[in-house]
Amino acid sequence: MAELVLKNVEKAYGEVKVLKDINLEIQTGELIVFVGPSGCGKSTLLRMIAGLERITGGDFSIDGVRMNDVPPAQRGIAMVFQSYALYPHMTVRDNMSFALKIAKKSPAEISAAVDKAARILQLTPYLDRLPKALSGGQRQRVAIGRSIVRDPKVYLFDEPLSNLDAALRVATRIEIAQLKEAMPNSTMVYVTHDQVEAMTLASRIVVLAGGGISQVGTPLELYERPENEFVAQFIGSPSMNLLPGEVIETGETTVVRLENGGLARTHVPTQSADKGLKVKIGVRPEDFTETDGDAIHAGTVEITEALGEVTLLYFQKTADGAQIVAKLPGIRPELRRTEVKLTADSNKVHLFANGRSLLYR
Amino acid sequence: MHPALQGLITIVVGVGGCIAYYYFSNLFLDKVLFPAKGAMAGRNINRANMVRPWLFLMPALVALGLYLAYPVFATIHLSLTQRVAGGGFEFVGFENYVKMSGEPKFWEALTNNLFWLIVVPAASTAFGLLAAQLSDRIKWGNVAKSLIFMPMAISFVGAAVIWKLVYDTRPAGQEQIGVMNAVWLSFDEGSIWSFLFLKLVPILLVAGFAVAIALMTWALAKPVVQRNGPVSGWRTAAAVLVGAGAVWLIYKSIFGILGIATASLPYGEPQTWLTMPFWNNFFLMAVLVWIQTGFAMVILSAALRGVPEDTIEAAIVDGANPFQIFFQIKVPQIMGTIVVVWTTITIVVLKVFDIVYAMTNGQWETQVLANYMYDKLFRANDWGVGSAAAMVIMLLVTPILVWNVYNARKEMR
Repeated sequence: MAELVLKNVEKAYGEVKVLKDINLEIQTGELIVFVGPSGCGKSTLLRMIAGLERITGGDFSIDGVRMNDVPPAQRGIAMVFQSYALYPHMTVRDNMSFALKIAKKSPAEISAAVDKAARILQLTPYLDRLPKALSGGQRQRVAIGRSIVRDPKVYLFDEPLSNLDAALRVATRIEIAQLKEAMPNSTMVYVTHDQVEAMTLASRIVVLAGGGISQVGTPLELYERPENEFVAQFIGSPSMNLLPGEVIETGETTVVRLENGGLARTHVPTQSADKGLKVKIGVRPEDFTETDGDAIHAGTVEITEALGEVTLLYFQKTADGAQIVAKLPGIRPELRRTEVKLTADSNKVHLFANGRSLLYR
Repeated sequence: MHPALQGLITIVVGVGGCIAYYYFSNLFLDKVLFPAKGAMAGRNINRANMVRPWLFLMPALVALGLYLAYPVFATIHLSLTQRVAGGGFEFVGFENYVKMSGEPKFWEALTNNLFWLIVVPAASTAFGLLAAQLSDRIKWGNVAKSLIFMPMAISFVGAAVIWKLVYDTRPAGQEQIGVMNAVWLSFDEGSIWSFLFLKLVPILLVAGFAVAIALMTWALAKPVVQRNGPVSGWRTAAAVLVGAGAVWLIYKSIFGILGIATASLPYGEPQTWLTMPFWNNFFLMAVLVWIQTGFAMVILSAALRGVPEDTIEAAIVDGANPFQIFFQIKVPQIMGTIVVVWTTITIVVLKVFDIVYAMTNGQWETQVLANYMYDKLFRANDWGVGSAAAMVIMLLVTPILVWNVYNARKEMR
């Protein structure tokens, strides 16, 4: 039951500003995911919300109360760490009751809260074990249980799944989604570098890059209407292809003459003044289709990767060193070393000028 | 020959000899004894590799055997024999031990050793832990650590000489060169500072000690007393024993507090600190605490840095204050190291000799076992009783040593 507001928040280490102009409003009940390349400051931002890092500029408030100088324990938050951070000398029960003991709750209250959390997370048989006697997934659940017993307003997750193996990661991801479902009023902030986690869990994704917020939006907004080249290439795998060119026709449908000789049509509208504008078009690998007519890209396939449901085509590098990748349905290994012409539906062709999408101006 | 030159030659010969031993014996093994060529090359290489560890261990084994293992057995033998007039020994069974247990000086040494055993490891470990924690995050922490560690580089005798100056006494009216007396003479009867430092603080310290003992004993005895869960017989016995010791210590503490409260202090008179029975023991212990705190601090500081940062952050988020983080998160995680440090210092304490020898030589009721042994063995020339005293020290050290090695190995795993 909490609304988080960050206003012009910044973080500086001495002279170096690692985060600046962070403006973000998180509504009650949302699950917000911070994504970004490593070193973009996403964990730092989470730790600032937690109170483990000092906020060096701007204001941060929870439910309208300024939290910049409030100690972590009084912010009504709970945090799940990447390495779980379980207390190794305490049993699961003691790990989960530590915060309540510190808060001087009565033993009956503590044991009721712990038992309830253990039931939700299926940890009841392990309550008297030490963390070292648990598997990775169980440890992760204890870490989550430690948060639940405190009944916080805001849950913070710092890359909680990155220490788990692939299968367990999927299972735990689903458990977290169910947990969120079961607690519709709690707000969660989740940091990850894994796109799939971001796309599946988030109600909104915050893409961080270069010390600021690149775009905020629902997962599909980011996928379908990226605001800039960075978001376009960061979301989706393999990354979106960017091809340079020049606008030759403007209007409801824009036509771009590409430097590789190709021709692209897009439903991103432009004004007549844009004629001759240097732009880049963006096409996701999965949006390419084979064609005999006007091609966006034509070239020789260097490598194919047949994954069963789809086949990835890697083309010879273009003159400016870009690697074009296409994802065609079905099993198509015979396309290797052949000439392939590709086009895309004009609804799915993105248009960028100076790094920013022409959809947003 | 000039002594410096002599020393240099000794170093060269000693180190050179070691290198020569390893180099030539290895060469001999590989080229002469089991040469790695000819028809038997494979077999020879295997054999050489089986012999090699023993070859390299040889100097250590010989030295330890000659200077450690053999003396142990010789001492056992000596403690059971007695010299006869005109030369030779005769077997007398446990007569030396009986004789020793009849001497009040032996019991005094044993009691004093027990006091050393309780106070020095506890104080050194506690101060070391405190210094390690406090110097962890400050800029000049490393300078502070170096200063605290420095006494480790001073020999026990050197430290004893330094502290003898600290406790030095000059006749009244003269300038005092001993710090203790200089401080003592600055106190006046009836002043607030005198009351604070000479009555209140000591009483609080002793009371704190008694409370700590009571808490520790209660923590140990709790499972036995409350009887939840199975409790083995030996554990009950151990609890009773520890409990009895604790009751005695607390009883002593209460009387100590009464003593401090009622004592009328001789203000204005320089004191001869080292001749005050009972208290002079603590003045001697201060020397060893001063030395060992550095050791404890260095080891515990490394251990504290090994505590995962995120468990501390998790505790911060959980709302723990710095004291709770220290005592409930950090200390339990380094408990293994604390035990190793504690037992290591305990062993040093059991062997303590130089400090007592150099400062009081066991006079004024400061005798300890090692100095008692030295007295008997080399001054009274009573080899039987001296060896018996040595055996008592060894019996006391061995279990702690075994436990120490066990814990140290567990820590390394």
